Amino acid sequence: MLVTGVSRYLGTRLAATLAADPSIERVIGVDTVPPRPEAAVQLGRTEFVRADIRNPLIAKVIAQAEVDMVVHMNVIATPLGAGGRTAMKEINVIGTMQLLAACQKAPSMRKLVVKSTTAVYGSSPRDPALFTEDSEPKSLPKSGYAKDAVEVEGYVRGFGRRRPDVTLSLLRFTNFIGPVIETPLTRYLSLPVVPTVLGFDPRIQLCHEDDGIEVLRRCSVEEHPGIFNVGGEGVLLLSQAVRRVGRLSFSVPSPLVSIVGRGFRRAGLVDFSPEQMRFLEHGRVADTARLRAELGWAPRSTADAMQSFVERSPRILHPETVLAAEERLLRVLARRRTVPGSSASTSAKEPVRA
Amino acid sequence: MPEARVIQLRATPTEPEPDTRRAAQAEQPIPSPPPLGPPEVPAGAWEQKLAGGLAFLRRRLTGDYEVDDFGFDHDLTEHVFLPPLRPLYDKWFRVETRGLDNVPDVGGALIVANHSGTIPLDALMTTLALHDHHPARRSLRLLGADLVFTMPIVAPIARKAGNTLACNADAERLLSTDEVVGVFPEGFKGIGKPFAERYKLQRFGRGGFVSAALRTGKPIIPVSIVGAEEIYPLIGNSRTLSRLLGLPYVPITPFFPLLGPLGVVPLPSKWIIEFGEPIETAHLGGAAAAEDPMLVFNLTDQVRETIQSTLYTLLMQRRSVFF
Repeated sequence: MLVTGVSRYLGTRLAATLAADPSIERVIGVDTVPPRPEAAVQLGRTEFVRADIRNPLIAKVIAQAEVDMVVHMNVIATPLGAGGRTAMKEINVIGTMQLLAACQKAPSMRKLVVKSTTAVYGSSPRDPALFTEDSEPKSLPKSGYAKDAVEVEGYVRGFGRRRPDVTLSLLRFTNFIGPVIETPLTRYLSLPVVPTVLGFDPRIQLCHEDDGIEVLRRCSVEEHPGIFNVGGEGVLLLSQAVRRVGRLSFSVPSPLVSIVGRGFRRAGLVDFSPEQMRFLEHGRVADTARLRAELGWAPRSTADAMQSFVERSPRILHPETVLAAEERLLRVLARRRTVPGSSASTSAKEPVRA
Repeated sequence: MPEARVIQLRATPTEPEPDTRRAAQAEQPIPSPPPLGPPEVPAGAWEQKLAGGLAFLRRRLTGDYEVDDFGFDHDLTEHVFLPPLRPLYDKWFRVETRGLDNVPDVGGALIVANHSGTIPLDALMTTLALHDHHPARRSLRLLGADLVFTMPIVAPIARKAGNTLACNADAERLLSTDEVVGVFPEGFKGIGKPFAERYKLQRFGRGGFVSAALRTGKPIIPVSIVGAEEIYPLIGNSRTLSRLLGLPYVPITPFFPLLGPLGVVPLPSKWIIEFGEPIETAHLGGAAAAEDPMLVFNLTDQVRETIQSTLYTLLMQRRSVFF
């Protein structure tokens, strides 16, 4: 069994989970950089191969180890992590092509699991409220990660046609969130003041990191051929998510959004690409009914996944503070009925500012 | 923050009260001791309202509310969107509803209505009619045009009020989860038609709503709305301006833009909303029937004819436009 992208958070966790499963003979992790020392401990009996999936060396690894299963998790979302957009595209697209070419040549191959994203559906106001796996996006993503993912999926489909004997699971994940994981979204929601697009409040759908690993594990050890949207049930509005994290938001008029976004990227705060900016306007929600029916198991809901993130980040506006302010105000008002005091309207405004 | 408004609404009637209290209290030399312990909801009517308002404000501030997959925010709709519409419904248009019992208490139904009035107030009034006057207080989930969901500010409000994009996927999803779905198949052709063509139904789209009902086997309820045509008599359309703004029409009424903001006040016509007999679709054969264009066209025509003839009957019964 081979896991690509093993040095990054989800790859490490999946490899560690698979290594802990005694029914799996060998787990080989591949990445361009070695895993961090603390991750290496986690990986257990996973054998690490430092290889670039962009060059044909990967074919040798697959052939020599007689790999029968590949989990492809090396489609990366952020140019910062890859060392620029060009390198990112190389790793995503050329890397996938090389990997699939190697897999196609390997007679031992039985199963391929690919981690993709719901970003392939794009994000536009003309889309239905929920995307199903068969939805045709109204506007194909034109740049960045989402475009890479669309191309990767194209190659994966091609591979599926040429090797019909290989079980193929294509998993489209919604935005990951959780107690540990770092993504552009978690960094965005950790900003002290969260910038949003004026006049828009997108619906967002989240996937708990543990559930993401669980789905990948189940697709690796069980047989679940097909395309599946993976994410929690239910949605949160962005404004609601920001309030749950106890942050304040400020609205940026949409003509200025790209400038502000570039500023944030340059400051190294949040790495948001243009198509993620569109996501901040129109949001994206996928129907996960097919996954739940196939696995007979449901990931945590969007709200619960959010809660796990809320607990890790220090809140600026704590719900208890708000509740206390409300109680204090009610007590003051109840007292006012008996004791003369200041007018009700001035005190009514206080908790709003608190 | 739009939520701040609600506390204002609730606080206004309460403001004079403490003043009179204080005046009364000034005569009493000994104030009673302040109550201790957690604030149980006070007894008075205005305090209860205020406590409710504060609880609402707290829920909003901490994000402690639910939205459904379509972005429908029930809490916000109930407390912010609907209250300002009630005076318009009760006092201004004096809406009279008929046949509300044709809308089922549970289960999905597709409400198909005529569209008019330059601004979709008819949609808002129908929503309020079902919410306030139907025994099961049903929430109407309207299907809106693309334009609604591309416009900043309007788009999130439309979603939070329970509406979604007019497409078959959304209509079927809502119907199959037993929601009451509302659709105005005339679209902009209906709402932006000149005053001279009032109460003449326009073409009913492509019959997408009928196939959604057929596929889910839910009844179609034809609804006829009388009165909305007269709120903004559209006598002209600024084509250059509408092309410039990317809007389907820019209305010119006898009072707009002549009177400026005053021209935005709708005329106080008397409204009647009649919910017609449901047209059952469950026995017609489900998804297979939806693939039969002839059946879809015939059913579309049947709905259209029903609404048109009801409109004429209601107009005959109406004594005048304003009473």
